[in-house]
Amino acid sequence: MTATGRLMAPVTARRGRSIGSVLRATGPAGMISVAVIVAATLAAIFGPLLAPFPPNLPNLSLAWVGPGGGHLLGFDYQGRDVFSRLLVGARSSMLGPLAVVAISVTAGSVLAIIAAWRRGPADAAIGAGLDILFAFPGILLAVLAAAVFGAGLTAAALALSIAYMPYVARVLRGAALKERSQPYVAALEVQGAKATVICLRHLIPNIAPLIVAQATILFGYAMVDLAAISFLGLGVQPPTANWGVMISENQTGIPQGYPLPALSAGLCIVAVVIAVNVLGERLFDQAQAVRR
Amino acid sequence: MTVPEPAPGGMLLEVEGLTVRLTVEGARRPVLRDVSFAMRPGEALGLVGESGSGKSMTARAIDRLLPRGAEVDGQILFDGRPVGGMSGNPLRRYRSEVAMIFQDPRAHINPVRRIGDFMTEALRTTGGVPVREASRRAVDMLGQVGIEDGERRLHQYPHELSGGLLQRVMIATALLTKPRLLLADEPTTALDVTTQAEVMAILDELRREFGLAMLFITHDLELAAAICDRTAVMYAGQIVEIRSSALLHDDPLHPYTAALAAARPDITQTAHRLHAIPGRPLSAFEAPADECAFAARCDWAQDACRAAAPPVAELDGGLSRCVRAYSLRGQLAVEPAREGTDA
Amino acid sequence: MPETSGGPPVPGAPAPGVSMPGVPVLEVAGLRKEFGPLVAVDDVSFTVPAAGSLAIVGESGSGKTTIAKMIVGLERPTQGTIAACGHDRSRPARSSRDRRRRGREVQIVFQDPYTSLDPRQTAEQTIDEVLRLHHGWAAARRRERTAELTDLVGLDDRQSRALPRALSGGQRQRVAIARALAAEPQVLILDESVAALDVSIQAQVLNLLADIRAQTGVSYVLISHDLAVVRQLTDQAIVLYRGQVVEHGPTARILDDPQDSYTRRLRASVPRPGWKPVRRLLAAATENGETA
Repeated sequence: MTATGRLMAPVTARRGRSIGSVLRATGPAGMISVAVIVAATLAAIFGPLLAPFPPNLPNLSLAWVGPGGGHLLGFDYQGRDVFSRLLVGARSSMLGPLAVVAISVTAGSVLAIIAAWRRGPADAAIGAGLDILFAFPGILLAVLAAAVFGAGLTAAALALSIAYMPYVARVLRGAALKERSQPYVAALEVQGAKATVICLRHLIPNIAPLIVAQATILFGYAMVDLAAISFLGLGVQPPTANWGVMISENQTGIPQGYPLPALSAGLCIVAVVIAVNVLGERLFDQAQAVRR
Repeated sequence: MTVPEPAPGGMLLEVEGLTVRLTVEGARRPVLRDVSFAMRPGEALGLVGESGSGKSMTARAIDRLLPRGAEVDGQILFDGRPVGGMSGNPLRRYRSEVAMIFQDPRAHINPVRRIGDFMTEALRTTGGVPVREASRRAVDMLGQVGIEDGERRLHQYPHELSGGLLQRVMIATALLTKPRLLLADEPTTALDVTTQAEVMAILDELRREFGLAMLFITHDLELAAAICDRTAVMYAGQIVEIRSSALLHDDPLHPYTAALAAARPDITQTAHRLHAIPGRPLSAFEAPADECAFAARCDWAQDACRAAAPPVAELDGGLSRCVRAYSLRGQLAVEPAREGTDA
Repeated sequence: MPETSGGPPVPGAPAPGVSMPGVPVLEVAGLRKEFGPLVAVDDVSFTVPAAGSLAIVGESGSGKTTIAKMIVGLERPTQGTIAACGHDRSRPARSSRDRRRRGREVQIVFQDPYTSLDPRQTAEQTIDEVLRLHHGWAAARRRERTAELTDLVGLDDRQSRALPRALSGGQRQRVAIARALAAEPQVLILDESVAALDVSIQAQVLNLLADIRAQTGVSYVLISHDLAVVRQLTDQAIVLYRGQVVEHGPTARILDDPQDSYTRRLRASVPRPGWKPVRRLLAAATENGETA
């Protein structure tokens, strides 16, 4: 790297920055995203305690009634308080994508690193296996899973995890290969360090920003896909509150002039997906800047 | 043996008080400070420096390739015309008169286009030359740089050529528009030493044949001296010495030049210890503004060196940015016999 | 010869008793490497005595880097033998204990200072990791040795605690040298280790390397295309052209009185005061099969 090229590089290094300073460095968009995610997470954890009204108690005489009298968002098609259902629904809506991301990113990372480390025939074999998995769209696998194991969040989440894994693996493999070819890895090999140690202590931390970025992107996709699966009736089953299911159940209200229940659920999904993506992008940018 | 200083009139390139500042992480930082020199038509000037000296930046400034947001003071005159304000047709004409070749040819050529397309592009688009004629000229020029089967090469892709061949292609391409000034930014640094010798010979020969002026940028003092009549030495964004190349090594005017020459190992004998300069080369923005930038590392530094920025002293047909230039005259030469014995 | 009895151990010195006078620390015989149809290294043999220094001189395509990789185990020879400190290493190590032992015999410093260090580790952490790998010492003892090593390579406290991105190229190479010496090797391979450094920094590092060799008795194998550096640092040299040894002997003799035509051409191509590049006839070049 020439001196001319390095004019952009910072002169001093800062080590061990606190989480607070990292987050603050993400800018206003980043901070808002954090707030949204924290709110959704709190709802997921404490939803049932915070809900002002019983989320599952139908009262058909109140169906489609608008906001008023403490009911911030009115009532849904069965006369249940929409706001309470949103709060309680956060749990299944967030948990599903979280599980999908956790499984697919972990499995994808492991495969990518093994392929990148060993190269040659192992890489080719893993690549071939992943190519086969690529052929299956997530929703198709979910339908299959529902048919075999019965509809429900678990089956849907597992199916999506399998479908997403090859995407993660493909992206991470490229980065892992590049990192693995660096002289500092070779230096450790020459020192006699074990492969697993090098991968855990050096390879993974250096591609961690990419892993986090992948995870946030996938979270968004998983949320939308799971909502779609639930919308189709194959995921979370009624009467369990779930944002995707709420769009489905309340969709008839839109042409009738009662859009609020369906749209508010949709907005929750959109808000969380955008927040996760924005935060992931900012964190990635920061991590990349630190490296140089 | 001294090369006469260029006459005041009829200069091809005049750089006067060039100061460039870039914005890095929100701060305005100087990368070039008061750079001044002139080149006659057909003259070869070497520009030697280490990291951060500003040698590449100087070439970029001349070629109008500075990053956006760069603040430029001073002026650059090409044939008496100011380069800074040019745009539109004058700028296009300027670009055909000034060509640049870089250190890594592969980074500056489109890998998915054929060599022929790359070479003839300037001729075809801005020169209005028909394809066949442009190709003919390209083959001709490839012959000049020592590539005989030009026709075949025009149809090849960059990855099919070695680094040395590709650099020759770049030189040929640069010369196609018949420029009057060639900026060569470390063109041989990435090449093997035998290939380097070949490419240097080609540059030297063609320069003389076409009457081309050349600004040759390198970190290698002896390499610059091989084909350049005069050599300028840069440190921390400033020119610290300009001298005729023949005299530079044995009779330098500035302590940095002498230190640079002394730091290099000698191929004819093993020194007991190399005379290393303590510390590390400074960039323009790291250098203190009101004293000599090299004082901290200089063997000859005195209080006067730290009191104020040293003025430029003209002596013996050369230039030295050193307060002690006159008093150090003749004392800075590399000792002919180093201490220590061969292994 | 390093002191093998009495007095405190010199930091970075090979363990007493390991270097036996008279036994070469590195012996390479009949080394050959094929990459498919391409023969990168063809019948290369040389030995390096204890506290000796050998240069492997060549340009690109000469096979010099491949030889270095084979010696440290990053590539596997097609034929031939390599022995370091009397132990054969022509085949890959079988256990991690073996790999570590080999790491204590031969170490390497790479060319590019910008990629030969883990960007997330400080100099101290980098050295400490190597110390942990080879010795079962307590943290205090490791800290002490780390300080000795950083001192040996001329790094101050601030630089030892800095991340690579805050260090210059020369400083990073010092860290790389300290890391290599932490294993206390008998042989240090310098793969163009000063080629990417500024002239003034290169001089500092060359002086440092000479000092280290004088203090610790380590042997050097210097891979380089730079004949002046080769002259400065080595006693013996071999010249490689297209994978074969075309000349070998004392460095001074090879450079002052080259016998082989390629060595002569190499010597004649080096810029020096009064040198003028001369164009070779292309016909002669293509006769020799040149493509450059």
